[in-house]
Amino acid sequence: MANYQLNINGETRAVEAVPNTPLLWILRDNLGLTGTKYGCGVAQCGACTVHMDGAAVRSCSTPVSTVGTKKITTIEGLASNDSLHPVQEAWVQENVPQCGYCQSGQIMSAAALIEKNPAPTDEEIEAAMSGNICRCGTYERIRKAIKRASNTAAK
Amino acid sequence: MKTALNESTIFKVSRRDFLKSTSMSMSGLLLGISFSCSDTSKKLMGNPEYVFSPNLFITLSGNGDVTLIAHRSEMGTGIRTSLPLVIADEMEADWNRIKIVQATGDEKYGDQNTDGSYSVRMFFTPLRKAGATVRYLLEQAAAKEWGVDVKECKAQNHEVIHTSGKSLGYGYLAEKAAALPLPDEGSVVLKSPKDFKYITKQSSIVDLKDIVTGKAKFGLDNNHLPNTKVAVIKRNPEPGAGLKSFNADKAMQVPGVIKVFTMKPPGFPTYLNKPLGGVVVVAENTWAALEGRKAVEVSWSKGINGDYDSKAYNNDMLKRSKEKGKIRREAGQVEKGLANAKKVIEADYMVPLLSHTPMETPCALAHTHDNVCEVWAPVQDPQGTRKTLAEALGMDLKDVTVNVTLLGGAFGRKSKPDFVVEAALISKEMGTPVKILWTREDDIQHDFYHFPAAQYLKVGIDENNKVTSWLHRSVFPPIDGTSNAKANEASGAELSMGMIDIPYAIDNVCCETQVAQAKTRIGWLRSVANIHHTYAVGCTLDEVAEARGVDPIQNMLDLLGTDRMIDFASLSSEFWNYGEKIEDFPWSTARFRNVIETAREKSNWGKNLPKGTGQGFAAHRSFLTYVACVVEVTVDANNKIKIPKVDYVVDCGVPVNPERIKAQFEGGAAFAASLALKSEITVSKGAVQQSNFHNYLVGRMSDSPYETAVHIVESNEKPTGVGEPPVPPFIPALCNAIYKATGKRIRQLPVRLA
Repeated sequence: MANYQLNINGETRAVEAVPNTPLLWILRDNLGLTGTKYGCGVAQCGACTVHMDGAAVRSCSTPVSTVGTKKITTIEGLASNDSLHPVQEAWVQENVPQCGYCQSGQIMSAAALIEKNPAPTDEEIEAAMSGNICRCGTYERIRKAIKRASNTAAK
Repeated sequence: MKTALNESTIFKVSRRDFLKSTSMSMSGLLLGISFSCSDTSKKLMGNPEYVFSPNLFITLSGNGDVTLIAHRSEMGTGIRTSLPLVIADEMEADWNRIKIVQATGDEKYGDQNTDGSYSVRMFFTPLRKAGATVRYLLEQAAAKEWGVDVKECKAQNHEVIHTSGKSLGYGYLAEKAAALPLPDEGSVVLKSPKDFKYITKQSSIVDLKDIVTGKAKFGLDNNHLPNTKVAVIKRNPEPGAGLKSFNADKAMQVPGVIKVFTMKPPGFPTYLNKPLGGVVVVAENTWAALEGRKAVEVSWSKGINGDYDSKAYNNDMLKRSKEKGKIRREAGQVEKGLANAKKVIEADYMVPLLSHTPMETPCALAHTHDNVCEVWAPVQDPQGTRKTLAEALGMDLKDVTVNVTLLGGAFGRKSKPDFVVEAALISKEMGTPVKILWTREDDIQHDFYHFPAAQYLKVGIDENNKVTSWLHRSVFPPIDGTSNAKANEASGAELSMGMIDIPYAIDNVCCETQVAQAKTRIGWLRSVANIHHTYAVGCTLDEVAEARGVDPIQNMLDLLGTDRMIDFASLSSEFWNYGEKIEDFPWSTARFRNVIETAREKSNWGKNLPKGTGQGFAAHRSFLTYVACVVEVTVDANNKIKIPKVDYVVDCGVPVNPERIKAQFEGGAAFAASLALKSEITVSKGAVQQSNFHNYLVGRMSDSPYETAVHIVESNEKPTGVGEPPVPPFIPALCNAIYKATGKRIRQLPVRLA
């Protein structure tokens, strides 16, 4: 067991854990941040996506010992105060979710994409989102929502 | 039948409950209203503490807040929104004043088993009546308050308004309405469809904001019980087979591991509701449980399916599909017709075992203590889960509570409560609350799979270019085989999903089956046997069209014959109408024709397309909903398949929530594309060979349709479900489009062009 001071959604959180514990389980089990989901455990489905210093990473395959002082943002920390992040707002406008389980990860991947590339093409969207599976098949609306959010971001 | 049954259950119960709640209301406090009483006044509020529960589904409080019960499980169809909005519409309640509460599993709500695309079909009318009854009572209460004829009073948007312009709010009227006798059903008038405010109108799902902010609670998201432990189970790769020995020494050294013990495997058949057993590892947290499980050393026994090899099994089914089988529907003389045919089409079709892989794997939180059990779980069948738990724990039903969380996808998997039983039994053993997690590997390797299926079709066309003979043999192990070793041939219900229910006017028809023993757990997957039957029939029809030299849509219309209601009972004693009487939900070839003709028009069918591109068509009625589908594909030089456009036409009767119908069809297209293009489970020596998304492939964004247009037929027919019906016709439409683009017939799934 080791002690870590993690920067999660702008707050310092102290956790005690075995070093190879994936960040996913630290978030869910230690910190009660259950918006980040388990889907495969091997970085194949994207349900566990969070931001590490702004980049989308799979928390199921990120050992807590490698996080250090990097800033972690989860779905719970994406909106600022009462206003949704433009990607969340676009998700609402397009009525994207069906069951909703994968959407935290989808939104985190999309937000990281828009941050880097405010006006992605269809191909760029497909490439950036290829690691996120949705079994309900909301892909069409995800693409539309990303375009809607990217237009907002470009303004 | 099923619908009628549930209607009567609800009303019996709600009537009794109504009496109970009204008698309770007599002890309520007197109103403390300080509003003025002039005729232009609006009295909105009553005693905010007062709660009026006119039936099981509706609660109106004195402050005007309305709570509606959602009793069906939300797995992504939007049912937690669609059924409450039916109540709200009839009640003339303001949607913004409504809170939705998810029901626990309890028989008093009527059927809660959320499968078979039943929910809207079964509850549309009963819930309209429930809402309309409350509207009636509120209007009566206002009329009494004002001393006027009720005909002068009209409920509208959370108020009752008098012709003079004065109004009383629902909150104010709550206690007064509660004091009135329940009307007999005949005096409650349902709204005219033209007055619908929410039904058939657009609406966002009630959980939308919680989902996009990460607040929505799924199966493992409840952390409210102190001292909750986490469990995972190491299971025999051969489902149900036994355990020789295990060594937990290393596992117990993993920090956080608390206990390692066994759960007895059930043997095979496993039943639908029994845990698979194995070695249970319980730990302080998820990671410790997973690391502990890795460290457990186990020696498994071989069971009766230890030699199961899916390739050999499927080849055997295919071989036997060429032999005369058991007749399940027959008309005329198919052999003679085929012998006299001028042209004969002959083809076989294979579909592999398929896994559900909902994004949320099976999981549950259970707390078994002091002879009671409470669970929080993503289950499709809360009552079935409750009953199964009571049996497994030796408890009375009343001591078992099943709280239903949101389901992170299900597709049929979560209608089986085996994983909840695991959690409850482990909690009992530990004496603490326990969460069970199925890893993706557990999910893919221990699913209740879609049947592997072999089919053979032979169709004869005479010298007048008329289809005269239709022979179809379908070989697959029935779902019942998972519970009963003697069930080794497809059931009538399974065959009524796309095989014996074909509507075509062909003189000589023969549908046959062969024995096939279940070798692993088989269960229903979104649209069930329609998946393989519609694939085979839809592709065969395309070949028939080609042989006849007729356009595929025209070919289907030719085969359909004159508009009529088909009396399937006279065609096959085994015909099953999705649990409904054929009089209540007839098989209308006119409705089928309409969706087909509309698809031809809306899809720009037959348009000029470049090389490597094709349009394909198929149509099917399943779960009483009529669907036609046109798929457009492009296939590049590397055989990469893209789906730029899909057109669906759907006739599901009254389209209760069009926005969610559209969503179900978009998602259904992607789900079907995933099944057809990507997925396959194989078994060797009794063990599933796939383990995670790197080798059990599912559709990603680039595999899915780019644009799905959903054309909904305007209708006042009884509403029918839309969860499953998008899937069946998509697959043959896709395969027929691939044929147009490449010249290759797709006789086996998943599609492999290289």
